[in-house]
Amino acid sequence: MNSAAFIFTAIFTVAAALAAATLRKLMHAALSFAVALVGVAALFFLLGAEFVGLALVFIYIGAVAVLIVFTILLTRRDVGRNRGFNWGGAIVAVAVFGSLTWSILKTQSLAIIAPHMPALTVKQIGAALMTTYVWPLQCVGLLLTAALIGALILVMEEKR
Amino acid sequence: MTPTLQVFLIVSAALFSIGLLAALSRRHAIFILIGIEMMLAAANLNFIAFWRFGPQHQSPVGVMIALFSIAIAAAEAAVGLAMVIAVYRHYHTTNVDQLDQLRG
Repeated sequence: MNSAAFIFTAIFTVAAALAAATLRKLMHAALSFAVALVGVAALFFLLGAEFVGLALVFIYIGAVAVLIVFTILLTRRDVGRNRGFNWGGAIVAVAVFGSLTWSILKTQSLAIIAPHMPALTVKQIGAALMTTYVWPLQCVGLLLTAALIGALILVMEEKR
Repeated sequence: MTPTLQVFLIVSAALFSIGLLAALSRRHAIFILIGIEMMLAAANLNFIAFWRFGPQHQSPVGVMIALFSIAIAAAEAAVGLAMVIAVYRHYHTTNVDQLDQLRG
């Protein structure tokens, strides 16, 4: 694993995520969120999970980020009135980050480097999905169908 | 020096905290959804990192959990954004502080 590539990707991801959380304009924040997800996908590639990285790019950036942009455009009329920022949330977030980092650095069994492993092929993932994980796969299909119908019913016009 | 498991976990903790910051401190409903999605992405990063640094590689358990988690996050985002649109139609605002009709 290349450490220079890792440092660059990590800084890129965290900076884009910070921009997504703190930028004032909603559209800029949504686009920074998409950039942060590109960084997370790059981290997945560095960890040897290429298929998950590609799925993340397709699903999050192709679908979720575009959906967020559409929602921003549909609810645009009151954007100017949402200027509040709650500093209590920042204190909580810093406290959570500090305690997590402290406990991660304190645990000695986590200071390991990656063992050598053969590359995980898409064929292996497909075989596992169709054999061991076929039951969860069907449940996820059912969940996605239910979510699709629920989202449609939520935004349907009410006729009286 | 090659990156250890710790630095991946710290990056993931940073992503989680930034998502928490967005979810807790912004007033706009879409910002809260962005924060939740970011926390879910941090959890996925943890799954993949523990799978990569873990002892057994015969079964792709971590990859499977991350894939299912991404699918569920997509469903959650679709329903959440539909709720934002429905709330905007009713109240003509997406500021979560003004949605206080159920307050006791």
